[in-house]
Amino acid sequence: MLRSRIVPCLLIDNGALVKTQVFDRPKYVGDPINAVKIFNEKEADELIVLDISATKLSLGPNFNLIEKLAAECRMPLCYGGGVNSIEQVIKLVDIGVEKVAISSSAIAQPTLINEMIAAVGGQSVVIVIDLYKKKNLSSIDYQLCSHNGKKFYNEDPFIFFNKCQELGAGEIVINSVNEDGLMQGYDLDLALKIKALAKIPVTFLGGAGSLQHIEKLIENFGVVGAAAGSLFVFKGKYRAVLINYPTPAEKIEICSRALKVYNSNKGASSV
Amino acid sequence: MMCVVDYGVGNIQALLNLFNRLGIETKRACTGKDFNNATHFILPGVGHFDHAIQKFNESGVKEPLQDLVLGSKIPLLGVCVGMQMLADGSDEGNLPGLGWIPGRVKEFAKNPESSKLSLPHMGWNVLHPKKNNLLFSGLGSNFPQFYFLHSYYFDTKEKEDILATTHYGINFASVVSHQHIYGVQFHPEKSHKWGEQLLKNFSKI
Repeated sequence: MLRSRIVPCLLIDNGALVKTQVFDRPKYVGDPINAVKIFNEKEADELIVLDISATKLSLGPNFNLIEKLAAECRMPLCYGGGVNSIEQVIKLVDIGVEKVAISSSAIAQPTLINEMIAAVGGQSVVIVIDLYKKKNLSSIDYQLCSHNGKKFYNEDPFIFFNKCQELGAGEIVINSVNEDGLMQGYDLDLALKIKALAKIPVTFLGGAGSLQHIEKLIENFGVVGAAAGSLFVFKGKYRAVLINYPTPAEKIEICSRALKVYNSNKGASSV
Repeated sequence: MMCVVDYGVGNIQALLNLFNRLGIETKRACTGKDFNNATHFILPGVGHFDHAIQKFNESGVKEPLQDLVLGSKIPLLGVCVGMQMLADGSDEGNLPGLGWIPGRVKEFAKNPESSKLSLPHMGWNVLHPKKNNLLFSGLGSNFPQFYFLHSYYFDTKEKEDILATTHYGINFASVVSHQHIYGVQFHPEKSHKWGEQLLKNFSKI
């Protein structure tokens, strides 16, 4: 039986490991290579590394650093940040990155998705969709954005989601801007909206503050990728930097317990 | 000497790093000359089947590898698309496979039992050994887990060639072997302690 993936997401800003809140106020939390070594020991399911200064400062990927991270990483690695050409994608895969994530480039030049699939295979193509939640009087809207939540687009995010999966992307990461770093739980309403559309693997990022939040996500979505930044780099209410991750036994227990709840609810709702 | 065949496709470095950590003498082999003193081969592969086969055919390693694997019976382990390349062919492409393990690579999306699931099959899944094999030594009986990332699976012609299965809508062959030629659908180089153990076991075959 396929298990949900519990995925630490590391943010890189000018070569250092940081953590943001609502895509802002990056706080220095350490050295990325060291973090990868700790996640190796803890047998993390997968790692997502996002360079948050690469697109903002119009820099390409920091290949030197990524190559070192990939060599150290004993689990699958997904890299995103500043990727906008097929040459960069091929180079990233060559230096040992399993999955390449694109975000603003997927919106600006969707043909890059086709080129990536042809060159490295759809399984290695990840689209990160940054979503900003807007609360109106009567409804909740989601707006597509990029550039660390600074640039907004009019394209309907759910139509965009469908477009990405129909083009043949291997995975979509849904990144909730409003929830980033607040540790109040995933946006479960959003998860259910995405659930109705998803035909390919989906990973949610933004909001996880406890293992219970991950469990709730699986209970609502079924098998899923549950990614988190703050949860795995901070400990306690004073946000002391301490890299942590559930033990293999805890992880298996959380995932299978939550999936049972999901399956029994699904059974109940289809009657 | 463990030889990881580098024909321009696949995560060679991750395999080299892992063998390095295990203290197993390993080299990256780009041409037939690099195959001197080879005791084991790893055939990696990712991406599209035809792309991998084409790169392999153009690389010049095909003939010498074939001589050593089929002629001198040196053990080989295909990984992911490297495993699929061992088949006669694949529904993903038009080019013939190596045909070293009889069977064909098929698509999950075309199988009614798996087509409704999210694809690719991505993440950690359980290995169910069907036969005793040195490859599984020390994995423990507690459902070893491996990292998968694929949309196609190997449908072997002979049931005896299946060493282990994994469930994703269907029970598909996740480990195959035909004599001294092996293939694993998952990524042992990215599967923590289970992957390490399996590769260590292969080095002793």
